[in-house]
Amino acid sequence: MAGLNPTVCAAAPARQRPRLWRGAVLLVAGLYFLVPLVASAVFTVDIPNEGLTLDAYTHIFSADGFTSSLLLSIGLGVATIVVVLALMVPAEIAVRLSAPRLRPVLEVVCSLPLVVPSVALVAGIGTVLKWGPDHLSRTPLYRTFVAIQDPGFPVVLVLAYVVMALPFVHRALDSGLRSIDLRTLVEAARNLGASWPHVLLRVVLPNLKSALLGASFLTLALVLGEFTVAQLLGFQPFAVWIVQASGSNAQLSVAVSLLSLLLTWALLLALAALGGRGAKNRTPATAVSTAAAADKE
Amino acid sequence: MTSAATAAVLDAERAAGSGAALELRGLRRTFGATTALDGLDLTVEPGELVALLGPSGCGKTTALRVLAGFERPDSGAVLVDGEDITRVPAHRRDTGMVFQSYSLFPNLDARGNVAFGLRMRKVASAERRARAEELLALVGLPDHGTHYPHQLSGGQQQRVALARALAVRPRLLLLDEPLSALDAKVRLTLREEIRRLQLELGITTVFVTHDQEEALSMADRVAVMRGGRLEQCAAPAELYARPATAFVAEFVGAMNRIPGHVGGSGEVEVLGTRLPVEGPHTDAGEVDVLIRPEGLEVAADDGGTARVVGTTFLGATTRLSIRLADGTAVKADMATHAAAELPSGTLVTVAPHARPVLVDRRAAT
Ligand SMILES: Nc1ncnc2c1ncn2[C@@H]1O[C@H](COP(=O)(O)OP(=O)(O)O)[C@@H](O)[C@H]1O
Ligand SMILES: [Mg+2]
Repeated sequence: MAGLNPTVCAAAPARQRPRLWRGAVLLVAGLYFLVPLVASAVFTVDIPNEGLTLDAYTHIFSADGFTSSLLLSIGLGVATIVVVLALMVPAEIAVRLSAPRLRPVLEVVCSLPLVVPSVALVAGIGTVLKWGPDHLSRTPLYRTFVAIQDPGFPVVLVLAYVVMALPFVHRALDSGLRSIDLRTLVEAARNLGASWPHVLLRVVLPNLKSALLGASFLTLALVLGEFTVAQLLGFQPFAVWIVQASGSNAQLSVAVSLLSLLLTWALLLALAALGGRGAKNRTPATAVSTAAAADKE
Repeated sequence: MTSAATAAVLDAERAAGSGAALELRGLRRTFGATTALDGLDLTVEPGELVALLGPSGCGKTTALRVLAGFERPDSGAVLVDGEDITRVPAHRRDTGMVFQSYSLFPNLDARGNVAFGLRMRKVASAERRARAEELLALVGLPDHGTHYPHQLSGGQQQRVALARALAVRPRLLLLDEPLSALDAKVRLTLREEIRRLQLELGITTVFVTHDQEEALSMADRVAVMRGGRLEQCAAPAELYARPATAFVAEFVGAMNRIPGHVGGSGEVEVLGTRLPVEGPHTDAGEVDVLIRPEGLEVAADDGGTARVVGTTFLGATTRLSIRLADGTAVKADMATHAAAELPSGTLVTVAPHARPVLVDRRAAT
């Protein structure tokens, strides 16, 4: 606790400086992020010589494909989160508990998507998808091939996004697991009679809540903004739709971008609020003092 | 703690059944090139508290983990009330374990932690809650049910961990250095409380520690381990007075090594006195004789060849550091008032009490 407030004991003039700096940095950063946003917002509502209008926004909601592409993106995002967590949570836990030596391997595998450009990824997927029908047309697998490319819900995109989300999900889960004594918690639970599913549901996951939320955040943001893979494979989630819509009307496309930004923020805030609820029953301020007083029993 | 309610709880606990008998048979466990357990045998009577004592790395934790089912032995067996549980998975073992590191579930409050085992056993919610409150009262934290682990001190966390382990009425209580992370004072009080509870509940307990004082003060019997094997298992007083091996003798309590000579008669000559040798090591030749600090008689003597080189005040007794004529450093305890006459620099004579002594191979110098 003592280290928290070094400025408190410093002399008054010395206090002014950091504050000044802080203000300056905040101002510069604020300008950097806000100016383009505000400029975009003005651009969408201000038609030269005609005055202010919300036409661009009203058009969006009536535009062809807005709702369907947005719903598709959200659906893809949720599916990706579910799959990537179902894959990675048990993997991370298992590696820590029973094969700590494989941790570097996991680290490298999960970082690979960062160095493979999505264009390369999609080229690979595209090749396989084209190759499939030629060789599989007479096997039951053919149906699967067709099904995962259903434009209504292209499972193949989920698979690609799972791979692309690995680096972020791994980082988030890794730091979450680092902050708890996983082995002891698991053993304590086992000792008290918890089966493995119970250990996972009642002990590990609740204590990984913020890591899980973080992983979900990043995955959702990734999926909502992903363009390359979806476009090259010929599907039309939200990001692709924005670009197509913008081809015809610059004002409309900027309005859509702004809206999608707000939407992403709203989703992230909703997730954060979800996470915050759990954290509220811990009150760190009182915790320190009670704990300090307690050992004097 | 002394309310009628808790007394009733304790009666009910005792009536629920006395402790189980525990037997470890030839446990072996290796990790790569390291042999953590090398044929460990140990028997614990129902209701008994046995302390597993030994230096760091001698396999104490591994032994406890095998008992709890977290570690499979390469060979050997664990028997509880005669039933072989070596292959039973950890969550069906019905043991209560308290860990060395803080192990409370951070997402649950104290009551939730204590009730966790009952929840896993599908006990109804009202009953769980009542039982958790009982247990928290039993460990002296009746008002802390809604505190989260991070709001509790280290000592309180270990109390809750103890309550959590006991809540399910386990057949065995396993404690792995539960006090080692706490400061000295809390450690002392908690040590006494664990022992009191264990006696009241009559639960068979294995207590792992590397602290000999802890082991000697709490246990019915102390099992001294060395290199994955049992060196000696005996009541504290016996362990101290009649250590079976030189290792036990030196590990438990303070011990002097004084050069001596074993003659043909099986007696050893040390400090100019002939003493009977205890135990099997009686080959004639040069040996080290093991004598405790309180087993030496020191007297001021201007013609003496030994010299007091330092004193340490221990309360009722004072420990003298003495250099013998041949340069050997020994320690001798004597009543503080008598030691006052022997300040540093005094020439003295040192003689052993006339008792059988342990001898050991001469230590390399
Ligand atoms: N999981 C493990 N992997 C490798 N070596 C281990 C493992 N657990 C224990 N050991 C080794 O086994 C020996 C005994 O360890 P342990 O039972 O923890 O000793 P103690 O609790 O008496 O200090 C040590 O040398 C330790 O390094
Ligand atoms: Mg240990």
